[in-house]
Amino acid sequence: MIQLTYTDSTGKSRTVEAQAGATVMETALRNSIPGIDAECGGACACATCHVYVAPEWTEIVGKASQMEEDMLDFAFEVRPNSRLSCQIKVTQALDGLAVSTPAKQG
Amino acid sequence: MGEVIRTDVVIIGAGPIGLFAVFELGLLDIKAHLIDILPKIGGQCAELYPEKPIYDVPGFPVVTGQGLVENLMAQIKPFGATFHLSEMVEGLEALGTAEHPLFRVSTDAEKTFEAKVVVIAAGGGSFQPKKPPIPGIDAYEGKSVLYAVRKMDHFRGRRVLIVGGGDSALDWALNLQPVAARVTLMHRRDAFRAAPHSVNAMRALVAEKKMDFVLGQVTGLKGEAGQLTAAAVRGEDASVFDLPCDDMLPFFGLTMKLGPVAHWGLNLHENLIPADTEKFETNIPGIFAIGDINTYPGKLKLILSGFHEGALAAQRAHHYVYPDKKLLFQYTTSSTSLQKKLGVA
Repeated sequence: MIQLTYTDSTGKSRTVEAQAGATVMETALRNSIPGIDAECGGACACATCHVYVAPEWTEIVGKASQMEEDMLDFAFEVRPNSRLSCQIKVTQALDGLAVSTPAKQG
Repeated sequence: MGEVIRTDVVIIGAGPIGLFAVFELGLLDIKAHLIDILPKIGGQCAELYPEKPIYDVPGFPVVTGQGLVENLMAQIKPFGATFHLSEMVEGLEALGTAEHPLFRVSTDAEKTFEAKVVVIAAGGGSFQPKKPPIPGIDAYEGKSVLYAVRKMDHFRGRRVLIVGGGDSALDWALNLQPVAARVTLMHRRDAFRAAPHSVNAMRALVAEKKMDFVLGQVTGLKGEAGQLTAAAVRGEDASVFDLPCDDMLPFFGLTMKLGPVAHWGLNLHENLIPADTEKFETNIPGIFAIGDINTYPGKLKLILSGFHEGALAAQRAHHYVYPDKKLLFQYTTSSTSLQKKLGVA
């Protein structure tokens, strides 16, 4: 079983079960996690599924691709641990992953 | 209020679903005007993913967003629809009765339409500029924080801070540089998602000290009564400083907002418009909702669903546009009358 934890900008957390192969964005939507809009539906075309990866996870999750970095230009409060959650695929290695969502997506 | 444009149908939204509705209505001799807030035709296909391949449009193993829009435009060419772009529909008022509907549609460009049928094909709503979540920004919006340039002259002699790294940010930085007292471009990184010649032109101006480029993000605004005096900035090295400016133009792309649709007396369910699955009509007879903006049991937000919805809505629209004519269902493969309308017979 793979578990992901989402924390919103007020500090409220929820841990949900994730399927390998789904993205961190899809897992959020499936579980009605607030704070992730995903307007474009996962095409890496809107920057409304912006998350901050917990510092201890950044290395395992990896860096944003060039295209994703470009899209992050349209997000707010971008930090070194910013990622678009539609571009993070869930694997067994990500069991326990913690991400937080910004105050506003768009 | 100017001249009233009278037409059979007003379609709100010129995305793929609005475009195909023109086809289905056209086969039934129904004329349409389309209104869209974007300056271009194609909706999300054109704005969000013009280059991205779509794999689930029947008959196209793969087609890009822009490719689909171009094909739809070719397909609806015989029907001569009229497009009103860069306009947002603000008002929708019912003038008629349930049996003989008539609607007055008004836009922010002060155009007025009268139509027997309105088809809402507005997808995720209207595309509007993203507003940065900077505390207190509302007080400056429309005065010294602007999301679009309407008159270049407004910026004459002013210190303008342009934030963003896309084409809009670069284009306006270059266009306003000769007009403004000083242009500062701010972006979170030293890389741009913009036309290379614009980036080169910007870098040349910075090298000549005719423009400033600052790495950082705006965290606060300073000023009084809506007039900016400075932006608080967090620099790349986490340093915090004030950047004096008279105007700020943030360019963070567009986001979809439901917008004025919420005020037209339509039933809404979680920002979607419930429609029946026989005609895709809303709670107001004569107003239809097709594509991503509608909801019904089993709804799938797929382009192909919107095409089907448009076809069924057109059948019912015929009843309102031609109340005395009986509609005979025909196929484009065999009907000479349909082929004539398509200009192929």
